[in-house]
Order: sequence, then structure tokens, then C-alpha cells
Amino acid sequence: MSGTFTKAMARNIFYGGTVFFFLLFLALTFDTTKALPKTDNRHNITPAVAAGKHIWETRNCLGCHTMLGEGAYYAPELGNVYTRRGPEFIKAWMMSQPTGAPGRRQMPNFNLSDEDLNNLVEFLKYTSEINTQNWPPNIEG
Amino acid sequence: MKYQSQAVAMPYFIAAIGLFVGQIVFGLILGLQYVVGDFLFPEIPFNVARMVHTNLLIVWLLFGFMGAAYYLVPEESETELFSPKLALLMFWVFLVAGALTIVGYLTVDYATLAQYTGNDILATMGREFLEQPLITKIGIVVVALVFLFNVTMTVLKGRKTAINVVLLLGLWGLAVFFLFSFYNPTNLVLDKYYWWWVVHLWVEGVWELIMAALLAFVLIKVTGVDREVIEKWLYVIIALALVTGIIGTGHHYYWIGTPQYWQWWGSIFSALEPIPFFAMTVFAFNMVNRRRREHPNKAAVLWALGTGVMAFLGAGVWGFLHTLAPVNYYTHGSQITAAHGHMAFYGAYVMVVITIISYAMPILRGRACNSPKAQVLEMWAFWLMTIAMVFITLFLTAAGILQVWLQRVSDSPMPFMAVQDQVSLFYWMREWSGVVFFIGLLAYVASFFVKGEEKATGA
Repeated sequence: MSGTFTKAMARNIFYGGTVFFFLLFLALTFDTTKALPKTDNRHNITPAVAAGKHIWETRNCLGCHTMLGEGAYYAPELGNVYTRRGPEFIKAWMMSQPTGAPGRRQMPNFNLSDEDLNNLVEFLKYTSEINTQNWPPNIEG
Repeated sequence: MKYQSQAVAMPYFIAAIGLFVGQIVFGLILGLQYVVGDFLFPEIPFNVARMVHTNLLIVWLLFGFMGAAYYLVPEESETELFSPKLALLMFWVFLVAGALTIVGYLTVDYATLAQYTGNDILATMGREFLEQPLITKIGIVVVALVFLFNVTMTVLKGRKTAINVVLLLGLWGLAVFFLFSFYNPTNLVLDKYYWWWVVHLWVEGVWELIMAALLAFVLIKVTGVDREVIEKWLYVIIALALVTGIIGTGHHYYWIGTPQYWQWWGSIFSALEPIPFFAMTVFAFNMVNRRRREHPNKAAVLWALGTGVMAFLGAGVWGFLHTLAPVNYYTHGSQITAAHGHMAFYGAYVMVVITIISYAMPILRGRACNSPKAQVLEMWAFWLMTIAMVFITLFLTAAGILQVWLQRVSDSPMPFMAVQDQVSLFYWMREWSGVVFFIGLLAYVASFFVKGEEKATGA
């Protein structure tokens, strides 16, 4: 770097650039916050969905699965599992775990009550209706 | 060492390396569970092992950052640490809290753990990387605040160098953005939106300040290049990092229920994110080439150069690989993501922490550098771990390309588990690379116990 470009100039670019782009980020966040009701399916958030999300979190589902592509990559995407499998399959699946098939990946049985299972399914129904800009590319997730 | 109080860095470094070993053991378990699905089931299910693997990584890196700060800040400020006692106390608080959390993960059912630790009062658990119980999260905040108080007071009473100021900004940013881990709305989209304020604004934001400051410090020490030059580079690099990285957060907002315009903001700005990492590589090599002294600690110089290269490859190149929205549409949440995650964390943060440990630890032990014999072993560890990580990344990338093709691109998409069977060869090769990584790590640990001649050659 040439002698005309000083440390003070570099420092000013750092502070100026950071402040500018952080403010821009806040502005975009503000705009997103206003736009979200159109895409985030919030009008379908019921007490059952909230309870289902609580089940989702306290069983650490994200430790194996992805939700809208985020989480672990050990087990299938669940954002759209409601559309892929349907409510009854999901409940039956949860109750029949673990399969115990030798050498196969195993999912624990979380011993959920019928109410818990229904809430979880409600949560997965809600996630399947979020506008994700058509992601995933197909039903397999 | 120049200041007595720098010695508090030592327990932090030792704990960091110890937890690093634990992290890799769990990594090997996870890698095996990918191919032998019922391995250790039901004793340690995959989700538990993964939580231990990722949380140990975060905790040991935090130990590394704190140790680095306790070593660096007094020397840069030219004054003793504000309170070494407080630093030592916080070390034990953090270690015990961290250990209890890991033991809790492994011995208590997660839902029960949540119940006992106040998750019903404020639900924060069960989100990737933020799985810690509420009390642990509060503990992290307390430790971080006391730590920040300690180092900030030290800087305030001493010399305020650019390295000090940038490091402090990074550390304060780390603490501030962690506060978003307490915000967990029922609205999943909002939950995810602000979850990234912790995760992205850490690793592609404020942590880069910490990393650049640590690298700059070590480069000043080992090359003897003029501080003015190095600090100018430091500012340029972190300016590039934040100018690209803040709006670059948008590359996580493509498919989570956020407006479509993030595909433009995210793609454009995150496509520029490799630039600061490239600058860091050029910077490291440039400074070493222009060195005014031959520092006897060759291993530390190797780690510093390696950090530049591997951070650029892992964070820069492998990040760019899948950051453009049209590409990410297919690769999002696949093994490509895993490949990037592994090499980026190793190349940027693991290696920078080892760089500062490699430089500081001999000095903390009363010598300028380790014996040539110990350094040779340490350099073997460098190459074993680094090459193993390159292969882990390549195998995961191969698995990811196949996965994306079979499951998402093909005209007749296959179900997830069927695809996993198809790519299992690559998972096996990844696991073997992991074994080599572990051997490298053991060599690294062993290098601390190699005695040999005290007197270094070429000093």
C-alpha cells in the first residue's frame, strides 16, 4: 500500500463503512418486519402451534433434522413434512420409533401424549404454509 | 512474558485444548453414526452427540478468545491486567458451567433438562448452537461481562493501540449479539431472522474482528514489521469484513419466509465476503516476507500463515460456492453446508486460536519458543490436521453434490434416506479423514510434552 493511504484513512473507512452498512441493515430489517405478515403465515399461529413449537424445541429435533434447511443434515427436512407425509403418518411414525433395524439410523421415541403429537402436527402444518419462495425444489426436501 | 498477569491466559489455553479433544471425539462418533446408524443408540443419540460437538467447539473457542485477550491486552496496553484474580475466578466459573452443561446433555433427557433449568420461564433452548439451558446462557453473559469489564479497564488505564481497540470491539460485539439468543418468538420466521443475529453476526461479523486482531498481534511479534503498516492492514481487512458481512447476513434470508429481495442483497454482498479473507492471506504472507527478524518460533509462523490460507479456502471459497441464491436454492441445508461449516470454522477460528496459543504458550512457560523437536512435532500436527480437514471438506462436498443431484435436481427425485445410502462411501472416507485429524490432534497435544534442547537454532 502506498504512502498516501494512511492508517487514519483506513480506520475512518472501517468506522464509516460499519456504521453505514449496519444502519442499512437496520433499515432492511425494518422493511422486512413490515413485509413479514404477507409471507410468514402468522395468522395461522394458534396456541396449538405455539405448544407444538415448544415440543419441537425441547426434543431438540433440529439436532438431526433441518427446518427450512437449517439444523442438522442427518435426517429429512421437516418444514414440508406435513405436505409430504400428512398428519396421520407423522403421528404413527413418532409412535413407532425407534425401528431398531440393525445398522440403520435410529430416532428416539419421545413418548409424546396424543395432545403433544397433535400440537406438533399443528406446528408442522404451520411451517409447511410459510412462503419460502418455493424452497425446497421438490417435495423430498 | 512482559507482564506477570498475562499468566492467567495459561489455564484458558489448557482448557481450550482439552475441550477441543472432547469436541473431536464426539465428531468421530457423529461421523460413524452417519454410516453405522445405530452406533451408541440409545445411549448417545445423534442429536445429543451433535449438540456436544458444536457446543464444545463454541465453548473452547471462547476459552481461546478469552485466554488470547488476557495474554494480548496487557502487552498491548503496556500495563498489568486490571484484575488477574477476577480472570482466574471467571475461568473456574466458565469451566464448571461448561462442564455441567455437557454432563447435563449426556446424562439427562433434553426435555427434562429444559424443565429443570427454567426453559418454561423463558424458552430459549432447542435451537441450533443455542441449545444451552437458560441458566448456562445467563452464566455465559455473566462471565462475558466480567471478562469484558476486566479487559476494558486494562485498556482504559493503558495504551490504546489499534489492535486493542479492534479486539475489544469484537469482544463487545460478541457479548451484545449473544443477547439475541434470549429472543425466541413463536413466529418461526422471526425466530430464525434474529437467530442469525447471533450466529451470522458472530462468525461473519464480530469474530472476524477478533481473528484479525489476534493475527495482527502475532504477525507484529514474529515478523517485527512496523506496527503502523500492520495496523493499517488490520483496519482495511476488518472494514472489508463488515462492509460485506453485515448485509451478507441476507444469504441466510433466502428461504425462511422473508421477502424475496434478500436474494439480491444476500447474493451481492456475500459474494464479496471472500475479499477480506483473501486480503488476510495476502497480508499474512506479505508481512512474513517483509520480516525484519527470524523469530525462533517457526511453528507459530506456520499456524499464522495457515490461518490466512485455510480461512480463505473454508470461509471464502467454500462459502462463495453456495452463497448465490440460484445455487443455494439447490444446496441449502445439504452436505455442502456441512463441508463449508467444517473448513470455515477450522480455517478461521480454530487455527487463529492455535496460532496465538502456539506463539504465547512457550513464553508463558518461560522460553521464547519450544525446542526444535517439539516444534517439528507441532508442525506435523499442523499438516495432519489441516490436510485431514481439506479431505473432510472434499468428501463432504462430493457427498453434497451427489445428494443435491439425486434429491433435488434429478427429474425423479429420491427420498432423503435413499440418497443417504447412495452417498455412504463418501461418509466413510470422511470418517477416516476424521481419524487422521484426531491423530494430528493427539500429536499436537503431545508436542507440549516434548522436551528436547531448550536452545533454539536460528534465533
